[in-house]
Amino acid sequence: MDYRFESVPEVREGLKKVDYLADEGIAGIVFLADRLQKPVLVEGPAGTGKTQLAKSVAEMSGARLIRLQCYEGLDESKALYEWNYKKQLLRIQAQRVSEGDGAKWLDIEEDIFGEDFLLTRPLLEAIRSEEPVVLLIDEVDRVEVETEALLLEVLSDYQVSVPELGTVAATQIPLVFLTSNNTRELSEALKRRCLYLHIDYPDLEREKEIVLTKVPDITENLADQIARIVRSIRQLELKKAPSVSETLDWARTLMLLGIENVDAEQATNTIQILLKYQSDIAKAVKEFASDGSTWKKGGAPARG
Amino acid sequence: MAEEAEVVLPATGEPILSLLAGFIQELRDAGLPVSLTENLDAMQAVRHIPIVDREAFKYALAATLVKNNAHWRAFETVFEVYFSLRGKEYAIGEEGVDPSDVDELDEFLDRMRESAEGLQGSGGAEAMTPEELAELLYRSLLEGNDALMRAVARQAVRRYAGMEPGRPVGGTYYLYRTLRNLDLDAVLERLMGQTREQVPDMSQLEERLERDEYEIRIDQLRKEIEAEIRRRLVADRGVEAMSKTLRKPLPEDIDFMHASREEMLTLRRAIYPLTRKLAVRLARKRRHGRKGPLDFRNTVRHSLSYGGVPAEPKFKYPRPSKPEIFVIADISGSVAAFARFTLHLVYAIGAQFSKVRSFVFIDGIDEVTRFFDGVDDIADAVHRVNTEADVVWVDGHSDYGHALEVFWSKWGKEVGPKTTVLVLGDARNNYHASQNWVLKEMRHRARHVYWLNPEPRSYWDTGDSIVGEYGIHCDGVFECRNLRQLEGFVDHLA
Repeated sequence: MDYRFESVPEVREGLKKVDYLADEGIAGIVFLADRLQKPVLVEGPAGTGKTQLAKSVAEMSGARLIRLQCYEGLDESKALYEWNYKKQLLRIQAQRVSEGDGAKWLDIEEDIFGEDFLLTRPLLEAIRSEEPVVLLIDEVDRVEVETEALLLEVLSDYQVSVPELGTVAATQIPLVFLTSNNTRELSEALKRRCLYLHIDYPDLEREKEIVLTKVPDITENLADQIARIVRSIRQLELKKAPSVSETLDWARTLMLLGIENVDAEQATNTIQILLKYQSDIAKAVKEFASDGSTWKKGGAPARG
Repeated sequence: MAEEAEVVLPATGEPILSLLAGFIQELRDAGLPVSLTENLDAMQAVRHIPIVDREAFKYALAATLVKNNAHWRAFETVFEVYFSLRGKEYAIGEEGVDPSDVDELDEFLDRMRESAEGLQGSGGAEAMTPEELAELLYRSLLEGNDALMRAVARQAVRRYAGMEPGRPVGGTYYLYRTLRNLDLDAVLERLMGQTREQVPDMSQLEERLERDEYEIRIDQLRKEIEAEIRRRLVADRGVEAMSKTLRKPLPEDIDFMHASREEMLTLRRAIYPLTRKLAVRLARKRRHGRKGPLDFRNTVRHSLSYGGVPAEPKFKYPRPSKPEIFVIADISGSVAAFARFTLHLVYAIGAQFSKVRSFVFIDGIDEVTRFFDGVDDIADAVHRVNTEADVVWVDGHSDYGHALEVFWSKWGKEVGPKTTVLVLGDARNNYHASQNWVLKEMRHRARHVYWLNPEPRSYWDTGDSIVGEYGIHCDGVFECRNLRQLEGFVDHLA
């Protein structure tokens, strides 16, 4: 058995090369997932880079990324495979035309349930792929509990059973990531089959690094200020704390406005990039300028 | 993989597998659901990571054993206790002194003495004066030097906690003693003063950010001190005894009535994701089960176009009845927390009900629905209920009888056949008249009357609790001591 990665630091370095700054925990679990050949269930607040992790791992290891976006009502024919019935119909008709009524039904049946008529959907495709694959099952908490069962066979045994064909086993073990926004409790059966990784908001140092990596030409000083302000905002009791992607948006905005040094007024004027609820904005504004002289009430954006 | 050599812990030579088995037992005792397969996964996982790397070891175990972020803290506590003495750098030396710490302290001490003439001390870390220790503490915080901070924390615990072997005192006592001697509040002010001096015209924002930074560092120091105390306690009393005393309930099992301040915070953090999940679940429930019963009349009508064959069955529109909710909550001291969480939960899933009205009482009663109108921060509204509602009539001791009577005379007429009434409280009536005829009347008029009691069932009807007297007139009396039970009830309600 050959593994993709040699050591935890190697994973970490590799991810860094593709601009994903992993902490100890993230790199360690990606490494373990490869060694134990188990899927990783990634949970955490929105916008902390759960999906990006899978993408970056694919990019780092040079594997193809196959993505299954989950939604309510997802079923077998969208996740696993489907028979191409239009083509099957054509095949039957063609047979009739060419050989008249003499064609044996058994032959045709044998024929139309063959590989040629199978439409592979992401899960089956990931299993059958010859080259290395990273499979991303995004927002798995959106499917119903019953549909989750579809995934179980793939996740534990890396195989798919097609009644007409038999069992399709994986030619290579794909690296699987499942992401969840935790809108509902996932079933025990699913959790048991996965390694669990919780990606939280990054700490100050890492967030600063992320800003420096992702926003070109930003000064160290500004990145530091941004990270510190965001950290302080996250400590408030908010409906929705600013995510990493919002931090990056904010950093880019400040860059565009040509701001070198964030002061209270500039922060208020742009705070709606970080916070999306009026009550959160009001709270943050109140918190950070109790004198209120430089802060406009409610943090109304200055337009124009 | 049986051919691989058995992995042993480098510090003590214990085989890791038997150690893990004990650790997992400990996790299960703490209430974490760890299945057999997860157990096996953990054992596989530790073969692939360098055992000496404590952080990696911890993450590997967490990834395989803990599948719910809310359980992380419980896991961490068990981990710290169980493995606190089992790492090389974590073993306590002969005289309880860690050689590496002393080096660190000595080095800083020397540098400090060189720079500051005023301090007259000599000798190593052991002989340093309290003032010097305080100075070191201040510097470690100012510079954010983690290694020094850890060394100072250890030194402080050794000096101030006054730990004696075998003394049956909890960790909090030692923590209190240590912190009292360090006076961290004053240290914070000194740090801020220093910063103000360096940067004379700081804006409000900058000052705030600096303060946050120092507070985080101080918090870290506090954690170091706690860890040190725990380590010494484990060394003194053994792993099993300590993990029992340190075991903390999972967030969903915290008792509303006896939650500590810290547990309250945990609860408040837990309630938001809980309500979100509940709302999604209930909305889905409503959206599915789309079809009502067969509409016979309509089916026959449509069969005419198929020559009398009922080819197209027609169904009645489902009319999911959305109940109207009246919450009547006791908010006197002991049960206030329970009322808060229930109100929060009910309003958070308000979309599931056609109307929610809420009333709070101690011995007087007041309608508080207005606080929730058009507010999108429920926590804030709940806070206002607790501070602004007019609920004291005579002496501010719970009087269920009077409160119910007033409710009935003022708002009784508005209770109708669609109304579900929830009464929240421990029914400790301070020996006033129960007036339970109100509930009897109410039940006649309302759809359901439920009573939620935050006390354990075994306490009911003891002392001045008369929940039994009220209970006979309710459709159900439920024990709601923690979030798990509360969630179960609300799920059933909607």
